[in-house]
Amino acid sequence: MTVVLEEQEQRWLSGADGKAMQLAMRLVQAAAEVSGAERFVPIEMAHINSCHYSGSMSLDFAEFLLAEGATLAVPTHTNASLISCTSPDVRPQAASPVEVDGARRVMEIYEELGCSSMWTCAPYLQPEGRPTFGQQIVGSESNAVGFFNSVLGARTNKYGDLLDVSAAMVGRVPEVGLHTDEGRRATHVFDVSGLSAGVIADPNLPHLLGALLGREVQGRVGVIDGLESASEDALKAIAAGAAAAGGVDMFHVVGITPEASSLDAATHGIEPTHRTPVTDEDLDRVAELLTSADGDEPLRAVCLGTPHFSVAEFEATVSRLDGRRVHPSITMLITTSRAVATELDLRGLAAALTDAGVRIVLDTCTYYTPRPSGVDGLTMTNSAKWAYYAQGILDVPVAFASLEQCVDSAVAGRWIR
Amino acid sequence: MAGSIDGQVLRLDEPLSFWGGFDATSGAVIDRAHPQVGETLAGKVVAMPGSKGSSGTPGVLGESIRRGTGPAAMVVTKADINLVAGSLTAATLYDRPCPILLVDTAQLESLIDGETVIARPEETS
Repeated sequence: MTVVLEEQEQRWLSGADGKAMQLAMRLVQAAAEVSGAERFVPIEMAHINSCHYSGSMSLDFAEFLLAEGATLAVPTHTNASLISCTSPDVRPQAASPVEVDGARRVMEIYEELGCSSMWTCAPYLQPEGRPTFGQQIVGSESNAVGFFNSVLGARTNKYGDLLDVSAAMVGRVPEVGLHTDEGRRATHVFDVSGLSAGVIADPNLPHLLGALLGREVQGRVGVIDGLESASEDALKAIAAGAAAAGGVDMFHVVGITPEASSLDAATHGIEPTHRTPVTDEDLDRVAELLTSADGDEPLRAVCLGTPHFSVAEFEATVSRLDGRRVHPSITMLITTSRAVATELDLRGLAAALTDAGVRIVLDTCTYYTPRPSGVDGLTMTNSAKWAYYAQGILDVPVAFASLEQCVDSAVAGRWIR
Repeated sequence: MAGSIDGQVLRLDEPLSFWGGFDATSGAVIDRAHPQVGETLAGKVVAMPGSKGSSGTPGVLGESIRRGTGPAAMVVTKADINLVAGSLTAATLYDRPCPILLVDTAQLESLIDGETVIARPEETS
């Protein structure tokens, strides 16, 4: 199957509009061939990860786009960077000059290309980065892809580096997978009606449920059935945990997410092929995998904000601190976006957190290498995603715990279970 | 990705996540859960089911091709846009081809680790 190309698409491929547009169209065309798509679908926005420095090729590719006249067809927002422009000491230039300088230059180039400077993995927390129901878009960062599809009902597959910005340049993607009705049909039911009241009330539930779904769903679209309620932050946690544990790009929650007004709506009335009754013990087993620390190590750091914290999550943190200060031996970092930080300033929350010894870090995430300053031993997190990645990437012992336990431990200067 | 393949086969029994599971500086598989952890892909004809995982795969694959620590070619059973994107972009930026050959499972199984394999362009996809 081959897509019949329109005149403009052929023009891009010919190189008449420059080598950058030519490469972009070649990549999008290759994506169509690989996926067996019959046509392209126009997109309305993009959230890209190519702007995240992952070696010299990220920089060479960005320089190539700029030099060869790349233009963007749709509003294009940037995922979190390797570095924080407001807290450069979190990853000091002196310790990793190649990476830090490279990341800074890549950020400048994508801004020059016309991307909005969001530098966040949670673009959906601000109006410009929040697509509406049914919109065809391009997502790349895994939690954002899950959130766009599942929580907002926008439509995207997960686009890798190079391809994401290419699609933003030509303004189209192959019409396959989650861009289509059929691709969004749930075939695997996760029945949580058997969970105990204690587990249902556990603030860790969304993170663990996400991680469990990720481990079990094996590329299918899952639907969680039996959850009474879930806040947007809870859905964000499910999306992030599921994506980190199993590359999940979409899930439904019956009665809560927009394409699952009922189980029938999520499954399109077709009998599901798989059914998993979720038990308290299943979630305990997932929680054990998220903690690699044995408890003997001294606590060194607490990292929150993966995905980037919302205003409500900061409010919960301030509320739990309740005037207490972070212990002087602990580095406590919370990552978020510039837009959320502005909101925190306006509400006086930023000052309250800073006074308590919490560092609010913008533009980046704390599980990337080079390792952030102060994250050099046992680290606690309330994020299943952070726990999954940091165990392999940062080489520090990790303890997964609730937001409340993380805050109490940061204050006490030791891991409180 | 078209091109000639001529090199020593390295068989990977499971899909590889290049981002997080492979070190572009050394060319080694670093995913501790992968059966071939510690093996070096540099200059090899890497025969594997495909890639998996993160959106970072194209960038890391491309970076390894740039450095010369990446595969000389890949033989896969599942067409994979992340591998194609990394290979195509590295070829454009650095003029360093890393052809990708799509085969069926039986053909993949017929490749023996450590043996030299040759394929002509008309057989590549």
